[in-house]
Amino acid sequence: MKRSITRLLMAPSVILLLAWMIIPLSMTIYFSTIQFSSYNPDQNGFVGWQNFEFFITDPAFIPAVSNTLILLLSVLFITVVFGVMLSALIDKPFFGQGIVRVLLISPFFIMPTVNALIWKNMMMNPVYGIFAWISQSLGLEPIDWLSSYPLMSIIIMVSWQWLPFAILVFVTALQSQDTEQKEAAQMDGATGWHIFRYLTIPHLARPIAVVVMIETIFLLAVFAEILVSTGGGPGYDSTNLTYLIYNQALLQFDVAAASAGGLLAVVLANIVAFFLIRAVGKNLTV
Amino acid sequence: MSYLAITDLQKHYDNYHALRGINLSIIEGEFVVFVGPSGCGKSTLLRTIAGLESSTGGSIELDGRDITELASSKRDLAMVFQSYALYPHMTVADNLSFALRLAKVSDAEIQEKVRSVSASLQLDALLDRKPKELSGGQRQRVAIGRAIVRQPKVFLFDEPLSNLDAALRVQMRLELARLHKKLGTTMIYVTHDQVEAMTLADRVVILNAGQIEQVGTPLELYRKPNSRFVAEFIGTPKMNLIPADKITHKEDELVFDMFGHTIHFPAKRIKGTQPDSVIVGIRPEHLTLVPEGGDLTGRIELVEHLGSEAYAHIQLQNDQTIIVKAGARLELKDGQEVHIHVDVNEIILFNDNDQVVSVIPEEA
Repeated sequence: MKRSITRLLMAPSVILLLAWMIIPLSMTIYFSTIQFSSYNPDQNGFVGWQNFEFFITDPAFIPAVSNTLILLLSVLFITVVFGVMLSALIDKPFFGQGIVRVLLISPFFIMPTVNALIWKNMMMNPVYGIFAWISQSLGLEPIDWLSSYPLMSIIIMVSWQWLPFAILVFVTALQSQDTEQKEAAQMDGATGWHIFRYLTIPHLARPIAVVVMIETIFLLAVFAEILVSTGGGPGYDSTNLTYLIYNQALLQFDVAAASAGGLLAVVLANIVAFFLIRAVGKNLTV
Repeated sequence: MSYLAITDLQKHYDNYHALRGINLSIIEGEFVVFVGPSGCGKSTLLRTIAGLESSTGGSIELDGRDITELASSKRDLAMVFQSYALYPHMTVADNLSFALRLAKVSDAEIQEKVRSVSASLQLDALLDRKPKELSGGQRQRVAIGRAIVRQPKVFLFDEPLSNLDAALRVQMRLELARLHKKLGTTMIYVTHDQVEAMTLADRVVILNAGQIEQVGTPLELYRKPNSRFVAEFIGTPKMNLIPADKITHKEDELVFDMFGHTIHFPAKRIKGTQPDSVIVGIRPEHLTLVPEGGDLTGRIELVEHLGSEAYAHIQLQNDQTIIVKAGARLELKDGQEVHIHVDVNEIILFNDNDQVVSVIPEEA
């Protein structure tokens, strides 16, 4: 009796949340199986797997998937490695520690579009960007980053955006590290490196897992940086799956193929999540 | 010959003088306890010996070697921390062997040492567990084992029992005493608990406000405190302190009034010149309840029964309260009028500066 009342009272929110997820998902599934183009919206018969076939055989598909994965793994690697190192570096008190911490964390507050514009126009511009100026002062040919190394440029921008998040999590985690443990290790003859290797890294295992998982969610969906800076190009060199779906739906008006792409992205996200969580999940048992 | 010699050790923090010239010499194999109220500098002193804090003056010498500026890992000391500070991501075996592995000791030797330590501390069954799977007492033993396995010159203990419950604390205290007997290694132990200090120590160092107040065996400190601070700090319940009035100096005795009762105190028991004003100190066990007569009269305010004995808080005529140790079987009732006998031989006199001016007669 008591239990059924509880369930009854919980039902509205559960149903609402379920609907929130089920309706868009089923509509996507529905659109992915019919013919639906914004050019001729009245031609919409059932086509089976055709949309998937169309999307997968698109010459942009394989580069998009690989770009998505390269972008994801590179940014994860950069943010975790540099995040751990920088956090460990600013953990010990020094003059100006507060300001340094705020500066390190501030890129996180800049919206992705602005971030991309800053990098595109102020840093990587081949004529008046800072990188070009550095190259020129060294007597080198300035590099047009966005057209020569488009994916690398995106990786730099996104890493700059997400490094602060990693630092924020790691700095907080380091503050909870027990000082007596470090002192005990010190008396046991451990050097700074030993303490970092045997105490700090294991202590950070869980925060690292959290950073990897949260960043994965957002990095699979990187979009604004690509739209604002490279536009997915040149060719498909910086197109990821998200950008390809956008391209399909809003530039080529093929909503059906975009829906199929969306479902493929869901599958990819699940595969990635499966492997990543397995890899870092081992550390979660600590 | 002193094994660990501390000479005029100073420690300044930014605006705080934590250690004000500590001089102490410890003999090899001794169990020394640092005790004092919180903030007295006992932990700072231990951490400075350990090398976890740097001193700002003075020197520390261990076994003929100056270790004042040496890194803590090179001092050949091992420390047991209050929080145990076990490495949470390592098993018990790895915790025990961490220092040996860092010192690149051979695997066979490490195994041998870990096995002998774990056997002596009954940790055999726990070697594969992580610290969080252990109880408080087991963690404590691992922390001690981690110190023993290195065979250091001196063990340092920083309030190691304060996180344990009362029953376990008594048991671990015994184990520590046995361990010291067995190993014979020099041990320095910090605590705020005077019972631990009294029961464990060969010698107790009482610290107060960054200075050594007195050093001595537990009984010396109890019987012959140098100052009011030591007299009050050692002993539960606290020593009764009663201001004396109507002091008159006679040739062979000091006569004063204690709550209307006149006490004749032999002058040969006074150190130096006779003081103009004194505070009388007398421990609860040197006051006896007597059926009639006695030296003082009062009314029982409260009785604390401890089973083997009882402590009666007695309100005297002038509203001051003193504590008297009484036999457990005396049927004491609140509000009852009692007579108290004072054992004059056990009286300790303090002057205005809280220094002791009397000596205990040797035969007592």
